[in-house]
Amino acid sequence: MKAVLVISERDNVATALEPLEQGRAVEANGRTVVALEPIPAGHKIALLGIAAGEGVFKYGSPIGTATGDIPAGAHVHTHNVASSRGRGDLPQPPSDPRARPAEPPDVPQTARTH
Amino acid sequence: MAARPGFYGYRRSDGRVGTRNHVLVVPTVICSSLVAERVAAAAPPLGVALPHLAGCGQLGPDMRVTHETLAAYCGHPNVGAVLVLALGCEQVVAQALADAARRQGKPVDIVAIQSEGGTIRATEKGSAIAREFGRALAVQPREWCDVADLVLSLKCGGSDYTSGLASNPALGRVTDRLVDLGGTAVLGEIAEIMGAEHLLAARASRPATAEQLIQIITRVEAEARALGLDIRGTQPSPGNIRGGLTTIEEKSLGATHKGGERARLEDVVGYAAPILRKGLTVMDTPGLDVESVTGMVGGGAQVVVFTTGLGTPTGNPIAPVIKITGNARTARQMADNLDLDVSGIMSDTESLDHAADRLFDEVLAVASGKATAAERLGHREFAIHRRNPTI
Repeated sequence: MKAVLVISERDNVATALEPLEQGRAVEANGRTVVALEPIPAGHKIALLGIAAGEGVFKYGSPIGTATGDIPAGAHVHTHNVASSRGRGDLPQPPSDPRARPAEPPDVPQTARTH
Repeated sequence: MAARPGFYGYRRSDGRVGTRNHVLVVPTVICSSLVAERVAAAAPPLGVALPHLAGCGQLGPDMRVTHETLAAYCGHPNVGAVLVLALGCEQVVAQALADAARRQGKPVDIVAIQSEGGTIRATEKGSAIAREFGRALAVQPREWCDVADLVLSLKCGGSDYTSGLASNPALGRVTDRLVDLGGTAVLGEIAEIMGAEHLLAARASRPATAEQLIQIITRVEAEARALGLDIRGTQPSPGNIRGGLTTIEEKSLGATHKGGERARLEDVVGYAAPILRKGLTVMDTPGLDVESVTGMVGGGAQVVVFTTGLGTPTGNPIAPVIKITGNARTARQMADNLDLDVSGIMSDTESLDHAADRLFDEVLAVASGKATAAERLGHREFAIHRRNPTI
């Protein structure tokens, strides 16, 4: 079993399939990243540095925006990623979803390896 | 040529097919819900009740949705006979519910608590009628039905990271196969399409359908905005977040896999409204599990497939709910509530295709009468979606 799973080559995060301890090196999308902190199974690890304000991509689509600089190997979760949808607490209206590109749906790679 | 897949069901006069043959005891209003439950319990094994909290004190659209949802259950192909349990002074019209069943040629009767003279007499009279209906239904035979007669409700709840990686993609393959064979699938939970609507809209068979989908997503976002609230208070749920899901977009992208990869989006319909087109339909339901399943079954789904990461017990009074998980720990921990374990997808010991084949076979077996875990445990949750205050 792989330690992490990347769904699309557009993704900048991977899903840990088992708990990753700090210092654990994992390979994904042809590069090696070292976990900077413990990452629970099912949670996400940054594959690249993601600057504050940049999009976080999983399934080949945006899942939110980095609220601070996220270094490669960091735990990516609610403490450093914010959703931009359904946010009645924010002043500006959400962007029109029609403006987004219609990418093909990405299927988990577990499907392709068989 | 290989025979087409199918199942043994109950063919109804309107051409729809039932996977169950229940005696449905429908309270018109919360006030007659307890009597309805006692009457249904007195007529095992086919008797089921629809206890609910509505039926009076409602205005406009809410009253209409209550009425239409109850009427949809009375006319549903999984129901063989209907007993309407009324109070006598409520807004929901007992006769209108009875007519919905009568139009399908079903045996139907009405018992009203006020005119019967109280709880005891109404319970006795109702129980005798329900038992009589049950005896008549028990001898009706099932007959062979084509898989194209199936309307499958696609649901996820208690999602974690395995949902988007294993159980939802496996269900998506079942959806694609069912739609390829001429069947129907329905996806609800508008808030959980938010962030993935571009993928579904691109598969709409007509531009107007894509436009309808975008409009209801925009409406749900506008509702959250109008309240000045952050949807993160409920989407993703605290359990979703512990399970590794960070945002509603991430949850939605995983959830939308249930709708397959190639099935065209043919229609967008209102809550509990009839699902009329073959192929994939999106129904305007809230994300709350029981309200969502209640609406999709009301629309005509005869079987529900419910994927879960953390495990959840939800059933339905008239439709079998099949539970499937990709989380090995949940498969052990919540074995009582689960029908299918596809955690081998996560550990690389089972392919998605193989898991999807097993799920497809399970759907047909359940459609033919195999009891689900939720049915064995008596899970019959039912809740009508409400949008307005009680007056």
